Amino acid sequence: MVYYLKYDVQAICKRIVNEQMSKSGLKYSLLNTHELAFDQIITEESLELLNRGFNKLGIEIVSSKKSMLVQKIKEAIIGFVNLEDKIVLSKTSSYLSDTLNYSYRYLSAIFSEVTYTTIENYIILQKIERAKGMIAGGEFSFTEIAWKLNYSSVAHFSTQFKNTTGLTPSSFKRIINQRRRNMLENIIS
Amino acid sequence: MLPLTTYILLADDDKDDREDFMEAFKSIRMNTEVQMFRDGIELMEYLNEASLPLPQLLFLDLNMPKKSGLECLTEIKKIERLKNLTVVIYSTSSSEKDIEDTFLKGANIYIKKPAHLTVLKKTLSHVLSINWQYQTSGLNRDNFLFQL
Repeated sequence: MVYYLKYDVQAICKRIVNEQMSKSGLKYSLLNTHELAFDQIITEESLELLNRGFNKLGIEIVSSKKSMLVQKIKEAIIGFVNLEDKIVLSKTSSYLSDTLNYSYRYLSAIFSEVTYTTIENYIILQKIERAKGMIAGGEFSFTEIAWKLNYSSVAHFSTQFKNTTGLTPSSFKRIINQRRRNMLENIIS
Repeated sequence: MLPLTTYILLADDDKDDREDFMEAFKSIRMNTEVQMFRDGIELMEYLNEASLPLPQLLFLDLNMPKKSGLECLTEIKKIERLKNLTVVIYSTSSSEKDIEDTFLKGANIYIKKPAHLTVLKKTLSHVLSINWQYQTSGLNRDNFLFQL
């Protein structure tokens, strides 16, 4: 007597992956049966280890090429925004294209798809972040900050700062300094 | 590096406002799971319970009876477990002084609650996007201040 075996493949795969992942102790999320998401960067070694366990079960984790490219784009941007004292780069599109060896159009498309924002917005965000750090540090004037970040004028810098954060550089400075004073008072009292 | 589901809490005593927010969240591209509270007391009971899941994002109506948004914020800042929680305060209208006050008390984002649902959707989308950047790009939370 032969009986037919019916498989709910989705349920089986999900169960196996969850069991395997819970052994790893890593925080993860199974988006659907084909995508495994982590909220932190997973090292090559960890991936290797995970794959060894999975390969025995006939499963392979493939790193998403798109996510890796986006990571490279972000690193390139953070690099030129923060590494030099003064940003000299004007044509960021050619810089990224040359550094990463893809057309800027392709890079933009992938970036937006993965991060829900544009490369341009991300660059502005990083510049403003650096500005915030400098303002909070108290060492540089707005003029110096605008110059270091390659803005054509303090006005241009202030406008972009306000457009991004909703606050003027002066308001931001005032609030940050007051917050610091409040915190110190709380520690002392 | 795709965003996981963002777990969001929202406290607002007005039922219509809660419904507006719910609808706006549903329409946004990023995955969100939203839990609503009718006032500050219910909210703080939840947040004080250590065994319950931690949200990433909290929306607080500034003007609530029993316990205001600012009172909640002050309490939240004292809880170590919640130090990476992004707090968004909103109000239909506030003076410059009130807005600065919310930042001084530790809010990350201040929103003027828009009258139209379409604008609300856009604003919330922007908030989620900024929050996502702060959670994944190693940006400095001490300087996490936005007014939208």
